Amino acid sequence: MPSLKELRVRITSVKSTQRITSAMKMVAAAKLRRAQEQAESARPYAERMERMLGSVAASVSDVASAPPLLAGTGKDDVHLLVVMTTDRGLCGGFNTNIARWTRQHVRALVSDGKQVKLLIVGRKGQSMLRMEFGERIIDTIEDTAKPAPTFETAASIASRITTMYDDGEFDICTIVYNRFESALSQIVTPQQLIPFAQDASGDDANDEKAAKDAGAGASAAYEYEPEENEILAELLPRNLSIQVFRAMLESFASEQGARMAAMDNATRNAGDLIDKLTINYNRTRQAFITRELIEIISGAEAL
Amino acid sequence: MADTAVQFELVSPEQLILSEDVEMVVVPGGEGDFGVLPGHSPMISTVRPGVIHVFTDGGVSSRIFVAGGFAEVTESRCTVLAEEALSVDEIDRAEVEIDLENAVEDLGGTDDPSEQKAAENRAVTARAKLAAIDAPVYQ
Repeated sequence: MPSLKELRVRITSVKSTQRITSAMKMVAAAKLRRAQEQAESARPYAERMERMLGSVAASVSDVASAPPLLAGTGKDDVHLLVVMTTDRGLCGGFNTNIARWTRQHVRALVSDGKQVKLLIVGRKGQSMLRMEFGERIIDTIEDTAKPAPTFETAASIASRITTMYDDGEFDICTIVYNRFESALSQIVTPQQLIPFAQDASGDDANDEKAAKDAGAGASAAYEYEPEENEILAELLPRNLSIQVFRAMLESFASEQGARMAAMDNATRNAGDLIDKLTINYNRTRQAFITRELIEIISGAEAL
Repeated sequence: MADTAVQFELVSPEQLILSEDVEMVVVPGGEGDFGVLPGHSPMISTVRPGVIHVFTDGGVSSRIFVAGGFAEVTESRCTVLAEEALSVDEIDRAEVEIDLENAVEDLGGTDDPSEQKAAENRAVTARAKLAAIDAPVYQ
């Protein structure tokens, strides 16, 4: 049985851990609110961009002469996966889920004889994936969300992707991120960036329908200034940055949600542990007192 | 309603900046400025760095600088997707001049085409900002 002092020390240490986890929970909750607002206020742009691109893309008559960002390279030999993870840990299953999906996906692609390259955003993803896919990781981008994701960062990631695409380093680019569903649930979402898929935001049936409506109904009526293809040449890279930005914002909001839930759990567990230790401590103390009494009484009786 | 007003929306990647009914907007299109009145024929155009003039009650109600983007016009609506947008009154001349200097310096100091392009864009934006400050106000 541990001594009273040992128990006291453990209780204090668990208490200070609990203080830390509950503080982290509070910080995550405050950041979550901001991140959620940011993700929501960025939605109008992404939606309108999608609508516009949908209607321009639908009106391109000659797909062959369209920019390769829309038409693709005609091959699917080399895949680039952009994996959005966090820089810091202590956020529950957030990174594990993304890493698991990535592992399965990469294995499936490799067994199909494809070549896979990984571009990782966030330190955690790098440390989780480098054991298995060290030689496939072309780079890791860190500190993208300090204190919050900015459009400049998204644009620089996007322009890097475009440059690689122009250099023929890959044929298909997919970004995978945790989509913010609610503070308690995040969903691993893959989204194809290149070539542009009409249902890029594919998960929302509404979005898809809206894009199609815009594409079918309005395409014939619009005038373009300058020509469709020139607009596309500007719109496509732009859309790429927007989609990356959107993924970053969603991922950031998800991270805060996941951390808040994880820290809430940890705080509760610490509370349970403290209760258990306290009962243990009281029992031990009682046992000591009883033993001492017995010793005194039996000593007195012996006289 | 559609006869007298254009629903004007200005959106930047970070947020919806402006959404209101106006008499007319003048947008710096990629191939020249164009004004949007109610009943404009539907079009999609690129936007170059410049100033958007918003007209209400017979005069300019706000002047907003945009650093390029896209505009979608329908009969009753004008939506501008801007890369960066701020009110002309908020532009700080000294800051922009420093930006311009840095951009020109970077432009000369690099051989990497993508960096050169980025620096050139920054220079163009900075020059457009300066022009926006000096430009006369429509009456």
